[in-house]
Amino acid sequence: MLRFPRALPLVVAALAVLACEKKKPEGAAAPAPGGAGAVATGDRILLGHVGSLTGSEATFGDSTDKGIQLAIEEVNAKGGVKGKPLALKTYDNQGKPEESAIAATRLVLQDRVAVLLGEVASTRSLAMAPIADANHVPMITPSSTNPRVTKENGKVRPYVFRVCFIDPFQGTVMAKFAREHLKISRVAVLRDVGNDYSMGLADFFLAKFKELGGTIVDDQSYKAGDQDFKAQLTNIKGKNPEAIYVPGYYTDVALIARQSRELGMKQPLMGGDGWDSARLYEIGGKALEGSYFSNHYSPEDPAPRIQDFVKRYRERFGAVPDSLAAQGYDAARIAADAMGRAKDLSGEAIRDALAATRDYPGVTGVISIDADHDAVKPAVVLEIKGSAGHYVATVQPDQPQAAK
Amino acid sequence: MTEFLQHLVNGLSLGTIYALIALGYTMVYGVLKLINFAHGDVYMVGAFAGYYLGSVTGTDRAPGMVGAALVTLGAMAVCGALGYVIERFAYRPLRNRARLTALITAIGVSFLLEYGFQLSPIVRTPVEFPPGPSPRFFPALLELGEPLTFLGVTVPRIDLLGLVVALVLMIGLQLIVYRTRFGMAMRAASFDPQVAGLMGIPVNRIISWTFVLGSALAAAAGIINASSRPKIEPLFGLMSGLKAFVAAVLGGIGSVPGAMVGGLVLGLTEEYVAGYTSSQYRDAIAFTVLILVLLVRPEGLFGRATVEKV
Repeated sequence: MLRFPRALPLVVAALAVLACEKKKPEGAAAPAPGGAGAVATGDRILLGHVGSLTGSEATFGDSTDKGIQLAIEEVNAKGGVKGKPLALKTYDNQGKPEESAIAATRLVLQDRVAVLLGEVASTRSLAMAPIADANHVPMITPSSTNPRVTKENGKVRPYVFRVCFIDPFQGTVMAKFAREHLKISRVAVLRDVGNDYSMGLADFFLAKFKELGGTIVDDQSYKAGDQDFKAQLTNIKGKNPEAIYVPGYYTDVALIARQSRELGMKQPLMGGDGWDSARLYEIGGKALEGSYFSNHYSPEDPAPRIQDFVKRYRERFGAVPDSLAAQGYDAARIAADAMGRAKDLSGEAIRDALAATRDYPGVTGVISIDADHDAVKPAVVLEIKGSAGHYVATVQPDQPQAAK
Repeated sequence: MTEFLQHLVNGLSLGTIYALIALGYTMVYGVLKLINFAHGDVYMVGAFAGYYLGSVTGTDRAPGMVGAALVTLGAMAVCGALGYVIERFAYRPLRNRARLTALITAIGVSFLLEYGFQLSPIVRTPVEFPPGPSPRFFPALLELGEPLTFLGVTVPRIDLLGLVVALVLMIGLQLIVYRTRFGMAMRAASFDPQVAGLMGIPVNRIISWTFVLGSALAAAAGIINASSRPKIEPLFGLMSGLKAFVAAVLGGIGSVPGAMVGGLVLGLTEEYVAGYTSSQYRDAIAFTVLILVLLVRPEGLFGRATVEKV
């Protein structure tokens, strides 16, 4: 018994030495000049994904990860990038910003990934962005739409990109749609106060809607995970709006829709891409009929590129890809495309190639990266009928993007 | 006025749930002086038990009174058993240790349930278990038709039924505590477990049954709540559990009528605060109420000031 403790430090020391020895070759293989951070270890190129695989928005992380997997499998089937196969390492962040930061740090420093993919939620991407910048590892967020993710205090983050449109665009799309297409003039807003995404969408919706001559009759708030929204809805009911803008996530929106119908409210709800999940219809049931939301793509789009993707995804995972899956797919494909064009696999070279992406034919639209590292591409508006979102309109990016 | 009444209805429906969960806290605290922090998660398990029983027995496809009652009773039985297991294996071995030990175990049990239920499914047929993290839709066990409306106030029938069921359960509990031998034994064990033991009361068994009873009530609360707000996920017991705890303290922890009143008061306060000021203060209010009660009347509305036994 007594001998053990004495032997222990020795064993630990020996292990530590061994561990160091083992690590060295990897470290030595790093083609250090230029890219201070990321390298492709050995004969494969590692991509890192941080996503919410557990937690209340788990379908977001799950769908995104499946989209990324599909993209990587396809790239590998065609011979990979620069003759090397891609590999994926995914860490779960439980839907928490602090966990996202930890996961991103691990991917960058320990696993030494070439590109970081993630997160879906803006709050969590904001936690990861400084890590990507500090370590010179390019990061592509598939679906974070808050402007601050790529641009902080008017300065573009050098290593952070996105393949989706941004909140000002999405908020204004819905405001324009409500005013011009639905001819609505009185709207109430119900937003999630703990969420940068929801706050951003609500603010931009509000501004544009007023600018177009509409009235915001009420601006209420809730917190993600609440079970009961009747207090807010009762207030909104008293103000008698023609529609309610709820730019939240599907888990809460479904309950909000149900409870509004229980209170005898007949107004359509309107929202953004955070609505996009099969669970929305499952929980919301009939309450969501006739509601509208803006989204990145519609699986109903007849374009062959999209139908091919839907078919392959369904064969692989047995489900219709939601927009999160489509964007995960696009993010990984654009990463692969940029790495293929980059002169080497250093973080700097990949970043330059990403920034130079023009007219990439993604499944969520033809994507060009602009000077702010944001994707320029159209949005679609879907109407919910028979427990599914059906395509109503496409809104092109030109003027709203100029507005920012 | 309509709005005021609507808030009243909403608040009562919310308060009922808090009250039912608070009963579990209050009973366990009354007997053991232990705050069972896993109680909110037992409530979550109750809702999931209802979900599984409903899916397996097919009640979700053919809603009806009998099916709904059976599912509710089944879920109460499942949670009762869970309560027994938790007490037997997590709390009893530590009962004579420092009070803090039991509290930490309670938090451990709470996390075990929360994150255990978030694991990816191991069993896939007939229904996936554990359910995993993404929210589930709680099946409609009853078809009650359109909500009632009078004076412009909408009252969902399910909320009305929930209130009735909750009141029946609370009265039943009150009868058990004050009119049965078991209740007498419970009160005796609560007063002084050692002396109660010397008097021939099987204290361990009484405590086990207290947990069983409290957990069964939590399951009923879970089902009532999930029937009117049909989104269930492994973490939803957390906030409701905390608020029910506040309700129990507000009413006077250890007092059964106190828990009922505390729950209703908290539900109404929350609703009116959210309705008339900003809904952002909703959760903050629950805890402000807790602090105020502790400052002004630490024994709660219905509690008796007791001198700590030395």
